[in-house]
Amino acid sequence: MPKVTLLLDSAAIAGALKQIAAEILNQHAGGAFSLVGIQKGGVVLAERLALLLRQADQAPVIVGHLDVSMHRDDLNHRAAPEIHPTLIPGDINGKTIILVDDVLFKGRTTRAALDALNDFGRPQCIQLAVLVDRGHRELPIHPNFVGKTIQTSVNDTVDVRLTESNREEGVYLITP
Amino acid sequence: MTWHRKHLLDIETLSREEVLTVLNTAKAFKAVGERAIKKVPALRGKTVINLFVEPSTRTRISFELAAQRLTADIINFSAELSSLRKGETLKDTARNLEALNADIIIIRHSAAGAPHFLSRVLNASVVNAGDGAHEHPTQALLDAFTMREKKGSFEGLNVTILGDILYSRVARSNIWALTKLGAKVTLCGPPTLVPSAFERMGCQVCHQVEPALRQADVINLLRIQHERQRKGMFPSLGEYTSLFGLTKARMKLTKPDVLIMHPGPINRGVEIDSDIADSDHSVILEQVTNGLAVRMAVLFLINGGHPQELGVN
Repeated sequence: MPKVTLLLDSAAIAGALKQIAAEILNQHAGGAFSLVGIQKGGVVLAERLALLLRQADQAPVIVGHLDVSMHRDDLNHRAAPEIHPTLIPGDINGKTIILVDDVLFKGRTTRAALDALNDFGRPQCIQLAVLVDRGHRELPIHPNFVGKTIQTSVNDTVDVRLTESNREEGVYLITP
Repeated sequence: MTWHRKHLLDIETLSREEVLTVLNTAKAFKAVGERAIKKVPALRGKTVINLFVEPSTRTRISFELAAQRLTADIINFSAELSSLRKGETLKDTARNLEALNADIIIIRHSAAGAPHFLSRVLNASVVNAGDGAHEHPTQALLDAFTMREKKGSFEGLNVTILGDILYSRVARSNIWALTKLGAKVTLCGPPTLVPSAFERMGCQVCHQVEPALRQADVINLLRIQHERQRKGMFPSLGEYTSLFGLTKARMKLTKPDVLIMHPGPINRGVEIDSDIADSDHSVILEQVTNGLAVRMAVLFLINGGHPQELGVN
């Protein structure tokens, strides 16, 4: 039987997002940035971050949605992934983009996201915000904003369950 | 829903969920076509071969551009210039193409079942781009995609397929796709071209054009196929137009929001009045745009790994 451990409950998720929002505002005082959530979990988190940022700063935050399926490097080794909509509002040339994802693991999704974003323009700066960093990077990718860093084994699964996906909210570590 | 098929050979053996997976995936690829950079690297390093043993322009070009937009390399092979003319068998031709390390072979052939045959003798993925009078799966998928985009849902949708249905692979694939998706399909045309046996596929057959047009939310017109044997099937093209053509007078019978579709090439003044083909009801050119997105989706899906693939297809 796999062992399931609760890492973050809904209050802890909210706290982690609040802390990320504060750090983002601290670094980007003028609010001159856009959030781009990576489908699917990252999109939900980007929308929640945008709400927190709006409440703190009164300024509206642009949120984009990015699906990286067409840019993955493992398409030969897996069944074709389900594709969700990509929606990049406005011109990203010269802007600051903060990519938002739920879990940072090997870094391959982030690499695919950088490539996918490249088709839309050349931002001045791309940063990365993640709810959970679970280590085991296979690429030179480092997050700028982290909700929680956890120790995992490479075969573990980190399951981010969000109410928007009709699940009881929580982040779980599943050990096989 | 994930996709585990290595080939796309027909619509008949697809599940409703698989049809919907193609439509949903195609939606994402249509959005790619609307960007400044219309190309994605999903099939980078892959080789696709268009093996068109029966002539075709639009389907071949659509697959060619679809493969290019996915960053695959594509070679066109047409029968007129080929060794098939010198007596080589289809199997040998296909094996030679596979020896070039082709990953996907797209075949159009006048013999029904040719793609299924190739899928059994090759390691490459096979896509049916039309086999005889049997099926033309990507045409049905792009037709369904266009209907869903315009009408929202297939539940209770009345689709009338009007014209030369007897030898039409487009009609067969459309019937399979639309009945799986929950639409009500009516076939209409002269009894010689629309035999009642089609009712066994789960659709209605109607030999009178007026009621078939009146109830339709979508009218999918099929071309009279001059190039196939048509002597004795109906007296003349003029008589066909007067009895079954979509004329301005008949257009008045249709619902105000009816959708006019046609897989092309259209014969203006035969199955469709020229002005109707260019009217706001017509989505004939959007079908071409959607065809590209659907073919990108099909190539993307069959290119995935196939760990759970069962049997031949």
